[in-house]
Amino acid sequence: MAAHRLSPSLNRLLFTGKYAAFQSRWCALHSNVKYSTTYNPNEKTFDKILIANRGEIACRVIKTCKKMGIQSVAVHSDVDSTAVHVKMADEAVCVGPAPTNKSYLNVEAIMDAIRTTGAQAVHPGYGFLSENKEFAKRLAAEGVTFIGPDTHAIHAMGDKIESKLIAKAAKVNTIPGFDGVVKTAEEAVKISQEIGYPVMIKASAGGGGKGMRIAWNDEETREGFRFSSQEAASSFGDDRLLIEKYIDNPRHIEIQVLADKHGNALWLNERECSIQRRNQKVVEEAPSTFLDTDTRRAMGEQAVQLAKAVQYSSAGTVEFLVDSKKNFYFLEMNTRLQVEHPITECITGLDLVEQMIRVAKGYQLQHKQEDIPINGWAIESRVYAEDPYKSFGLPSIGRLSQYQEPLNLSNVRVDSGIQEGSDISIYYDPMISKLVTYGATRAEALSRMEDALDNYVIRGVTHNIPLLREIITHPRFISGDISTNFLPEVYPDGFKGHQLEVNTRRELLASAAALYITAQLRSQNVLGNLRVSSTPVKCNRWELCGELGDGLHSMEVTKSGNVYTVEVDGEKVEVSGQFNLASPLLPLTINGTDRMLQCLSRDASGKIVLQYLGTSFKLRILSKLAAELNSYMPEKVPEDTSSILRSPMPGTVVAVSVKPGDTVAEGQEICVIEAMKMQNSLTAVKQAKVKHIHCKPGETVGEGDLLVELE
Amino acid sequence: MMAAFSVARSSCGLLAGLRLTSFRSLAPVKYAAVAAVAVPQTNLVRDCRRYSVGHLSVKERIDKKRKAALVGGGQHRIDAQHKRGKLTARERVELLLDPDSFVESDMFVEHRCSDFGMEQDRNKFPGDSVVTGRGRINGRLVYVFSQDFTVFGGSLSGAHAQKICKIMDQAMTVGAPVIGLNDSGGARIQEGVESLAGYADIFLRNVLASGVVPQISLIMGPCAGGAVYSPALTDFTFMVKDTSYLFITGPDVVKSVTNEDVTQEELGGAKTHTTVSGVAHHAFENDIEALLNMREFFNFLPLSNQDPSPIRECHDPSDRLVPSLDGIVPFETTKAYDMLDIIHTIVDERDFFEIMPNYAKNIVVGFARMNGRTVGIVGNQPKVASGCLDINSSVKGARFVRFCDAFNIPIITFVDVPGFLPGTAQEYGGIIRHGAKLLYAFAEATVPKITVITRKAYGGAYDVMSSKHLRGDVNYAWPSAEVAVMGAKGAVQIIFRGKENQAEAEAEYVKKFANPFPAAVRGFVDDIIEPSTTRKKICRDLEVLASKKQVNPWKKHANIPL
Repeated sequence: MAAHRLSPSLNRLLFTGKYAAFQSRWCALHSNVKYSTTYNPNEKTFDKILIANRGEIACRVIKTCKKMGIQSVAVHSDVDSTAVHVKMADEAVCVGPAPTNKSYLNVEAIMDAIRTTGAQAVHPGYGFLSENKEFAKRLAAEGVTFIGPDTHAIHAMGDKIESKLIAKAAKVNTIPGFDGVVKTAEEAVKISQEIGYPVMIKASAGGGGKGMRIAWNDEETREGFRFSSQEAASSFGDDRLLIEKYIDNPRHIEIQVLADKHGNALWLNERECSIQRRNQKVVEEAPSTFLDTDTRRAMGEQAVQLAKAVQYSSAGTVEFLVDSKKNFYFLEMNTRLQVEHPITECITGLDLVEQMIRVAKGYQLQHKQEDIPINGWAIESRVYAEDPYKSFGLPSIGRLSQYQEPLNLSNVRVDSGIQEGSDISIYYDPMISKLVTYGATRAEALSRMEDALDNYVIRGVTHNIPLLREIITHPRFISGDISTNFLPEVYPDGFKGHQLEVNTRRELLASAAALYITAQLRSQNVLGNLRVSSTPVKCNRWELCGELGDGLHSMEVTKSGNVYTVEVDGEKVEVSGQFNLASPLLPLTINGTDRMLQCLSRDASGKIVLQYLGTSFKLRILSKLAAELNSYMPEKVPEDTSSILRSPMPGTVVAVSVKPGDTVAEGQEICVIEAMKMQNSLTAVKQAKVKHIHCKPGETVGEGDLLVELE
Repeated sequence: MMAAFSVARSSCGLLAGLRLTSFRSLAPVKYAAVAAVAVPQTNLVRDCRRYSVGHLSVKERIDKKRKAALVGGGQHRIDAQHKRGKLTARERVELLLDPDSFVESDMFVEHRCSDFGMEQDRNKFPGDSVVTGRGRINGRLVYVFSQDFTVFGGSLSGAHAQKICKIMDQAMTVGAPVIGLNDSGGARIQEGVESLAGYADIFLRNVLASGVVPQISLIMGPCAGGAVYSPALTDFTFMVKDTSYLFITGPDVVKSVTNEDVTQEELGGAKTHTTVSGVAHHAFENDIEALLNMREFFNFLPLSNQDPSPIRECHDPSDRLVPSLDGIVPFETTKAYDMLDIIHTIVDERDFFEIMPNYAKNIVVGFARMNGRTVGIVGNQPKVASGCLDINSSVKGARFVRFCDAFNIPIITFVDVPGFLPGTAQEYGGIIRHGAKLLYAFAEATVPKITVITRKAYGGAYDVMSSKHLRGDVNYAWPSAEVAVMGAKGAVQIIFRGKENQAEAEAEYVKKFANPFPAAVRGFVDDIIEPSTTRKKICRDLEVLASKKQVNPWKKHANIPL
């Protein structure tokens, strides 16, 4: 795998343009992705493609369109009118207001956009209309090419019940379960008992973890049935559910397939997607540490058998659950480009979007199975705007006040559809980007991922970098000992951020102290001709007190040149580096080790928030005097939150299950909030009487909004 | 009158001292002289007691007095102060100023009251109920007084006032700011009219110093009755949450006069004054945060009206482009955005010290730096009440603009204003009179004035917001700017009253006027700029404007419509 680095001079050049950030990112994407197959400009292709999607995947597709010399048309909702994909495309058409069912799912408006722009083909990306056979049919009727499989394959694989039957017939290993539609909660309980707990209840039309619930007993089955059918109805407009045996502690490994319209099909190796939360993938890698050559080939061949069985064309993914004995079971087939496709591109050198376009145009595959390599290792971290401290990630919204991708590092690819100033809104998926690193070995890719996460500047929204960095540095992950239960097993009490040890704690305090002194010294540096002369404090030794968590630490700082020596609780720590007080990044050398810290905030009263080892830590640095006097300051009593229910995230109130005067038991559901198409049940933390209800179904609420008061 | 009174007192004391000398022939003559000057109020009863204590040398007596001054009202009162979550007057000064920079004055001053037993030794405290002096904040000179609640509840005696007046006079002489740390129960009742005279002496100095040196009040305890007018006259009033109060009359009097039940906190707490009354400019969590923030705030201010706006070493490139600004103004003219987002990205290091962040939020004012130099920022806030101008926002803006103008701080104005707020509440409240204040303030200001129209600049409010016509030095418009008499709908209703095809006419009006061209072709804006270049352009302009000289016609003083 070749290294793809933006030369520093080029980078500088790119940053001086009128739309500098935009240009640099865009060019960087081009230069950072290297495909081993070179595009053949003489091969005739479409003149114009419409991308029926938004965000990073729309940008991703447009990028390949540009490479192939194809005109691109973006569609967008009104709130997305200044989005990156709109700016990148050659043409853009507004297809409706913000809610997805009125814009990106609005088939009529998109058909109109195709007609007015004269697009010859449509790339649907993932999600939205990508697996909607009606849309594919409409396109076919108008003579527009759908860049994806035939409606037949979408239909066959889109239905989980049917797909399982087809898989069985194609001699693909399947999971024991009920091959039919479940109509009522009681029926669900009966079937579950027959299959034996645990069971998985999932939407027949589902995908992406939406409308999925695991049940371990009858009661959970009833609840799961209710939630899944509601979610399925709101996400897919189809509330049919199915139930199957839930394989405990499985790995989620999927095979990328690529097929043409001439009966050729390839498997492009696997992707390990076991690190998930609430059935949504968080960290993916290719290849998997778990598969041996034989298992890989067996899975690949079964995947190809299935693709052939449905006359599949285009790129697709066959998902398998793999148990600890390397038995694998067919889970489902995704008839679209997957979110995590970049890691496959990294290790195989193929541009999957380009291949999809070629196949759609009717060309045969260029490769034979033996041409498909595994070159090195690639890791993908999904960077989300969400709070990882709440159930491993509840959506957060906001404006990206500062945003800087770590593209200054080599072997880093960032697929994103946002830029500094973009809004992460409640209407769409809260994914910020896909951060991909690669290297000759897994260790190399992992170490680069660490650097990339540390160099990634995201301000204005809460993000999951703390969790991502903890995952990729966890000994179990490093050794490859993972399963889909990784997160709940490693963090049984929920994710709490990086846990500092004695020496890292000291290093963090010392860094904060050095930053504090730098700022203090800078304040004394008043420039210009002064009428009244300034007499700065002559001092190169400072006594400070650092507060971190519950601990108070006395510190003594001395400075010589650019090197701070900080004695924390009697232990010396040496900190040096360029302290640029305007930069969000703080590259320091701490006791000889290079560390990239980030300064998230710093205020006059000594409060400093630093991102260190991925997690942000709140510190307070005070002079010794101020710290002593601080003991007299009264503790402000925080609001008693046990009797107040606030919205943990922005979203829409779907249901309020109580009314004033009701007595609720601990754990009883009070209301349901839907955000990013996920329904979240909010429950009482104690037994109490409901005093006031401040929300009603259908209302939009922000994070922290008061919903219900208990007595 | 006051001076004469003091002299009479002093001569009285001198006589007492002399009497003592003759009575105690063994005592050195020097002793009497010192007693006469430093402790003019001594009388026979006290002297007898002191005699019985023993023979103290002058040096010992100085040490003793200094020691006594350092503990104010004594340890148990200090403990009580701490228990209230408050620091003592001296602790506050120590924290506010650079280490070892405090130079105290009048440590030996004592009150001169002899009524109601005040003359007794136990009622005398060296320094009385205020600590005064000068010091440095980040190396820069400042005069400070800090009222000592542990001595007679920080009440204001003649001596207390005299001490404050002395440092204010010195501050005026050298040209350095005055910071007052207020923590006082009010007038020293025992002294009666002398206390009142003391207040007036301070008020007069507040007024004379106004516009000469910056004056800042930090309310760190009670401040009631006439006392409130000193903070009210200063440039900025900051408060400490939960422990400070400002009111003319306390809850008891309110109850007896108007029969209203109200707590101290509701009547005059930090929340009330920073959100409802607009009396205070900022509130802080506790004493420590207040003092540390005061240090930070002080860094923004010039020492006096003789000094230029201060420049601090800057790490943020002055030519930094801000691409995110190119998409910050929504296409829909009715959609709000946060003016603070614009301000944060344009100024140095996203560092913005907002003044009155919770009052009249439809206008944003505060201090920031551009390429290291302090600037005052004024911006309409589309997020609140569409950013319209009303009574409170006009007054808030006007006061801030006048401060900046008085102290040579360039003013950068971000305009997105749909007009003045209509309605009876506003008209009856005198929006005409109050709106005129902001107009007046911008018009009279002679400091560098840079204006950026981000979106709407409608009607009279356009004129008010540091327009070209009010001597704006550089006026920019973003491509999203709409400079017009009013919004399209209203304009069309007037121009085409009763006509059909209103929608068509509206579209025509929008095309013609809802853009920066009508203003640009007339030279009312100097340039239409890419939002991303705003920081770079402003920094460059400020460099040129640093030498701006503009003088208003001579007048005794201007007559702002109060």
